Amino acid sequence: MLILECPYCGVTADETELAAGGEAHLKRFGPGSSDEEFEGYLFHRQNPKGVHFERWRHANGCGKWFHAARCTASLEVFATYTAQIAEPPAEVIAAIRAKRPDWSPE
Amino acid sequence: MRRYSAFAIAREAARYHQGWERAWAAPEPKKHYDVIIVGAGGHGLATAFYLGKNFGITNVAVIEKGWLGGGNTGRNTTIIRSNYLQDPSAAIYEKARSLYETMSQDLNYNVMFSPRGVIMLAQTHHEVRGYQRTAHANALQGVKTEFISPQRVKELVPIIHLDGPRFPVLGGLWQDRGGTARHDAVAWGYARACSDMGMDILQKTEVTGVTSEGGKVTGVETTRGFIGCTKLGMVVAGHCGVLAEKAGFRLPVESVALQALVSEPIKPCMDVVVMANTVHGYMSQSDKGEMVIGGGTDAYNNYTQRGSFHHIEETVRALIETFPMISRLKMLRQWGGIVDVTGDRSPILSKTPIEGIFVNCGWGTGGFKAIPGSGWGFAELVAKGQSPLTDAFGLNRFREGRFIDESVAAGVAH
Ligand SMILES: Cc1cc2nc3c(=O)[nH]c(=O)nc-3n(C[C@H](O)[C@H](O)[C@H](O)COP(=O)(O)OP(=O)(O)OC[C@H]3O[C@@H](n4cnc5c(N)ncnc54)[C@H](O)[C@@H]3O)c2cc1C
Ligand SMILES: [Zn+2]
Repeated sequence: MLILECPYCGVTADETELAAGGEAHLKRFGPGSSDEEFEGYLFHRQNPKGVHFERWRHANGCGKWFHAARCTASLEVFATYTAQIAEPPAEVIAAIRAKRPDWSPE
Repeated sequence: MRRYSAFAIAREAARYHQGWERAWAAPEPKKHYDVIIVGAGGHGLATAFYLGKNFGITNVAVIEKGWLGGGNTGRNTTIIRSNYLQDPSAAIYEKARSLYETMSQDLNYNVMFSPRGVIMLAQTHHEVRGYQRTAHANALQGVKTEFISPQRVKELVPIIHLDGPRFPVLGGLWQDRGGTARHDAVAWGYARACSDMGMDILQKTEVTGVTSEGGKVTGVETTRGFIGCTKLGMVVAGHCGVLAEKAGFRLPVESVALQALVSEPIKPCMDVVVMANTVHGYMSQSDKGEMVIGGGTDAYNNYTQRGSFHHIEETVRALIETFPMISRLKMLRQWGGIVDVTGDRSPILSKTPIEGIFVNCGWGTGGFKAIPGSGWGFAELVAKGQSPLTDAFGLNRFREGRFIDESVAAGVAH
């Protein structure tokens, strides 16, 4: 059972209370972009075996979207953080680096 | 290869079973192969088999990081059917189903194909309309299916409860030549036939890198050193994104856990396969008597081959309404596999941005049934650069918006 802490209401919720929203920090490509960029934005996913940044919603709780940094190979949760941000904050990167010294953000 | 037969059993019985030869060899890797297939699951092995059988290409290695058939091929609930909605799906799944009919003879290996019939229950009005539509589509595609009444469902499945309060049975989509097969045997049978053709199956060998020069593949780095190749087929299911990353491109695929469970063995009580897609549950009885039960996928990316308990609970809770007698059954085992899911719930059999690299993935929750058809088509794609069975399943369909949408009916696609 996956357990995440909602950064808004502070509730420690198990996954039945949450809705998974897929890969986080996708850069949106809209009108004027190339076909490749638009295809990448819509469909291509990193799908890594290891550190993954995700969107989650506290669906059966406060209802808010937030971000999580998780390891897909061990199910370890590194951090959860605000949705109002376009890339993982420095302290989240540091928390991951502390546990995965070999990992580096792209 | 010494053929298996009733005579062989008698011969070996007479000499205390000392004379059975190994089913496949354990060779050292060569320096170079015409074709390397990564992944010795059903799809990889079937591809190698048809490369040899249909195209005479036998300088082939199948590279497997674990043991052959140890991925999803050895973890699935073995439902075989071809009652899909879209024409390209019907073509490849029905090709596969028809090849299953003669697979034991073709491979001289008993894969225990059991065309006992598959019912997909319609438990909402939406599903009734959906499955009637599928039955009409199947009629046009030449796939034999039929929409049947609740009474007919009850005749076929005496243990079913038709008037459940939450999930009444309103009818069903029936495919009488669908069924099950022994999953390991499919992998083992192909492996034995490939080895017999002189192909190398390299187990416990992980591909750790893909090398290319000037946009063209040259070989793979492995835990047993570099191995060169002219063409490369990536057939690694849940790990396709990891391997594609090593080759330098991305795929429209996400890897998630799908679980199954089996009960203690009981006397024969159900001789067809029943799928209840509204509640994400399906069930069949194995030859040993166990009830084999599968459910839905977890919603988040996962490579651990473990799923969440609440999914099992949901599946079983819903199935108990439709099959009250299973409420007292003890469950023996539960496990998970990492399935490779695409947006339109259809597979990818395609060229890639790198010349000589081909990818066969995205079978997600429902690729066991497709193994022979996929191998047939993908071998043709690898050998000739094009195949009528795989044309529609190219990577370019995402960019061009030509989805093969099979995600109807809740997206459970076994
Ligand atoms: C619980 C469950 C139930 C299912 N039920 C059904 C069903 O009822 N009917 C149905 O049709 N389908 C079902 N499926 C889906 C089906 O199992 C798969 O679609 C199918 O088996 C995929 O076969 P494959 O050969 O592509 O992959 P796999 O059998 O997973 O083989 C891929 C192989 O690649 C190897 N590999 C990965 N990375 C590397 C590397 N870097 N180097 C070397 N080797 C590597 C893996 O070890 C693995 O053996 C189910 C799946 C699960 C998990
Ligand atoms: Zn909250």
